[in-house]
Amino acid sequence: MRPKHLQMIGFLGLVVAIQLVTRATDSAYHLTQLTMTAYYSLLVIGLCMLIGYAGQISLGHAGFFSIGGYIAAYLTTHDLSAHKGAAFVALFAKAGLLRTRPDLYGGDLLTVQPWAACLAALAVTAVVAYLVGGPVLKLRGHYLAMATLGFGIIIYRIVLGTTALGAADGISDVPGFSLLPGIEVSGNSSLRVMNYYIAWGLVAAGMVLLLNLIHSRVGRALASIHGAEDAADAMGIPTARYKLKTFVLSAVFAALAGVMLTHYNGGIGPSEASVMKSVRYVAIVAIGGMANLWGALFMSLGLNYLSLRGYFGTYDDAVFGGILIVIMLFAPDGLLRKQLLSDVRRLFAGRTAGGGA
Amino acid sequence: MNIDLFFQYIVAGLTYGTIYAVVAIGFNIIYNATGIINFAQGEFVMLGGMTAVTLHQILPLPLAILAAVIITMAVGALIEILFIRWLDRPSVLRMVIITIGISILIREASLHIWGEGVRALPYFTGSSETSIRLGGVFVSPQVLWVVGISAVMVILLNVFFTYTLPGRQMRACSANRDAARLCGINAKNMVTLSFVLSAGIGALGGSIVSPITYVQYDSGTQLAIKGFTVAILGGLGNSAAAVGAGMILGVLESFSIAVLPAAYKDVISIAILLLILFVRPSGIFGSSEAARLSEF
Amino acid sequence: MRLIRLMAVAVILAVALAATPASAADTIKVGAILAVTGPASFLGAPEAKTLEMMVEDINKKGGILGKKIELIVKDSGASPEKALSFAKQLIEEEKVLAIIGPSTSGETMKIKNVAEEGKTILLSCAAAEVIVNPVAKYVFKTPQKDSYAVIKIFEQMKKMKLSKVGVLSSNTGFGKAGKEQIEKLAPEYGMQIVANEVYDKAATDLTAEVTKVKASGAQAILNWSIEPAQSIVIKNARQIGFKGTIFQSHGFGNIKYVEAAGPAAEGVIFPAGRLLVADVLPRNNPQKALLMKYKKDYELKCHGEECSTFGGHAYDAMLILTKAIEKARSTDKEAVRTAIENLKGVVGTAGIFNFSPQDHNGLDMTSFEMLTVKKGKFVPLGK
Repeated sequence: MRPKHLQMIGFLGLVVAIQLVTRATDSAYHLTQLTMTAYYSLLVIGLCMLIGYAGQISLGHAGFFSIGGYIAAYLTTHDLSAHKGAAFVALFAKAGLLRTRPDLYGGDLLTVQPWAACLAALAVTAVVAYLVGGPVLKLRGHYLAMATLGFGIIIYRIVLGTTALGAADGISDVPGFSLLPGIEVSGNSSLRVMNYYIAWGLVAAGMVLLLNLIHSRVGRALASIHGAEDAADAMGIPTARYKLKTFVLSAVFAALAGVMLTHYNGGIGPSEASVMKSVRYVAIVAIGGMANLWGALFMSLGLNYLSLRGYFGTYDDAVFGGILIVIMLFAPDGLLRKQLLSDVRRLFAGRTAGGGA
Repeated sequence: MNIDLFFQYIVAGLTYGTIYAVVAIGFNIIYNATGIINFAQGEFVMLGGMTAVTLHQILPLPLAILAAVIITMAVGALIEILFIRWLDRPSVLRMVIITIGISILIREASLHIWGEGVRALPYFTGSSETSIRLGGVFVSPQVLWVVGISAVMVILLNVFFTYTLPGRQMRACSANRDAARLCGINAKNMVTLSFVLSAGIGALGGSIVSPITYVQYDSGTQLAIKGFTVAILGGLGNSAAAVGAGMILGVLESFSIAVLPAAYKDVISIAILLLILFVRPSGIFGSSEAARLSEF
Repeated sequence: MRLIRLMAVAVILAVALAATPASAADTIKVGAILAVTGPASFLGAPEAKTLEMMVEDINKKGGILGKKIELIVKDSGASPEKALSFAKQLIEEEKVLAIIGPSTSGETMKIKNVAEEGKTILLSCAAAEVIVNPVAKYVFKTPQKDSYAVIKIFEQMKKMKLSKVGVLSSNTGFGKAGKEQIEKLAPEYGMQIVANEVYDKAATDLTAEVTKVKASGAQAILNWSIEPAQSIVIKNARQIGFKGTIFQSHGFGNIKYVEAAGPAAEGVIFPAGRLLVADVLPRNNPQKALLMKYKKDYELKCHGEECSTFGGHAYDAMLILTKAIEKARSTDKEAVRTAIENLKGVVGTAGIFNFSPQDHNGLDMTSFEMLTVKKGKFVPLGK
């Protein structure tokens, strides 16, 4: 068996072990935060692929997350019964994209099927990422950072300023998402264990996809871009195309995370699109070691879980700011590396030598 | 739209524009010395304003502002020495992330020091109601103070960079760092100096606009984004152009609300930023050669 | 190597899981989800301080029914997803009797169903009407309804023979809710909305916006927001020579905004609870004693920081909860919930609460007083 498989088995073992521990200690409620963590992790591994392997920073991934989440939320809550006569409603209904469900007041809501909404969300995100990615990825360094940040802010502003999307209140009462009969993504506490496995199953599937990608022709091409883009270009590697593909892929990961978490939470608010969220994701990738999918995954698991549990209190943002600085100053290749200790030693040695000069 | 209204929008635009330009100049000074975009620039503005308001409780206004500027300069120097000076040729990505981290830390520290409340210095002359009438247009005297002090600041900066030794050394460093070092200039000290200068400019800006805009622990981020837009619009590193670009963005924003809901005002300015980045990254006043995108 | 790392993570998680605090039977657990930091910190911060102060005070006096209150404050930073996570945590793990908060309407709406499902009392400090309409069994709120504030203002405008009004609001939940009520109620009161602008909550200069309103021929400006921007509106309007009356929402109830706006704030009219004018209330006003005490205690605890009506919402929430526990003579969730629904005549900071199974807010129009600013102070508007 190859080490790649061993890691995946170890990871799945951990996921199962955590569930068994919570069961044994009668503390299944931890699975709520762990499920939310899983969806954020899905975004983080996609972002890790983009930053670590394609070498392109994005400070706008919360934007893609929200595009996914908001489209799913809007389509599954917006009542179409007022437009019943319209041609598009009839067409959608015929295609089986609509469904009727009772609302809070006892009336009937005619909304889009969660499956259709999810696919629409992913498709729209992919198109947006493709359109934005084209010009954005031509930029480098500060310009790239600022352009992606700008994209994120625009999405935040639109979400916050649009009445149809609930403006500052966001969208509530988003229904569950039945993937298959009997299997539903929702925050209902009776479905907690199932949702835990759905979420981490998705993350595992995402990891398999990305790991295979890294060890393929695409991965080697990306590595060459990260190393020396101009040289890669000269070798005839279509760098722009590979970068764009990775960008779109990571955006779709983010959107999928947004769709799932929105159904799980039963709603979404503008805070999901905020710049601070994007910065957090980058911080997690950075501390995981930039080009280290497993590192990013475990750091996301730990930090998101602690943050969602409220362990950082009023210092939540400060903790992430502090992590960013410390990691970038002392361990720009991340924490989860064995040569870390020797690095620290070298650093201090270098400092004293430098001080004498 | 009648003519008075037109000029009223222009005045509003120039007020925003001046504030943005001050932040942009701070960006440019550090960029010229180091090739770094300091994402914490907006926090210098906030720190300056907050400190000045706090000191004004015990000091007269001009002294409070002076002291706030000096304190913020010290913070700027400290940040450079602690976080940037000893890094050996850091990558751009690393610097972007570090300065973002610094901005978050300053913001959160301010929240815990000063709380969430808004603060403001008093109007330098008159009060919040006073306005000077120019034809059909009303202008607050504080706007004149802001524009006047900013203009003096730009002139003094020009003098500093053209005629004084440290100013010329800084320019030498930004033109060619290795050559400057060979001539015996201590490039590292020049970088520290650039942080001190831009912290001071930010703090002064933050103090003089605080009667108009107020200051709060999180007001830096907003300003940093606008300032950066203006810096790019004018061409990174070009401070004179930043003033022009600031005015253009300010006026555009001010007129945008005449046609679009005000809630989307920020979308406009950022969309302009993206457009400029995509089409003409050297800025509207810059030459394409100067952008040297591949280097940074 | 990797396996060791996996093990390490597993151990850390196991420790975290095991570290859940054991619940003590002799305390009453009350959770609070407040936006202590982040964009709504001007709401959450005074709310958190108020709750800490009250609990300290109650416990010093021996608690309620002989049990001490254990307060668990969670800072949501105004993020709904965090509020949701915390709500589940408080209900399922801490098994709290009640949750006070969240501070914003958006967060409250996200956790409304969680509270219902978990059969836990939720005393929201957010204003939107949708929180209690339709009524959810376990969900209550303490701030006055937005529609009452709007009606009060429109009645005042009618009295002053003003009919053309320029509306400004911020892009927050508070601004949005107010704007909706204004648009809904204006025709009923014969008000004509000649301008209707939404601005960013972090706006620093609103000259362009007020210029637009002035050009529309508005006789009065009605601004609806809770951010510093509301004093910028006043300043900018006066600077460009707007002479009409300026009305504000009940969100203006924080003396900091008056100080920030300086003389421009003179003559601003707004509806508010009586907390702000406690010292000039007539002696026989039923709220006077309570308001003076809260004001004094808060300012003592927060080193002279003036209290705002927002902290008052949390005060009322805790007050209602303690009254209900005393009335029910039990800390059983169901008993306390029923007790709240039957509370009558509870004097709070926002007004006098009269709950019923149909009314989970309990306040009526009389909870608002029209105030104005005179010489930098809040005073009741002269008749």
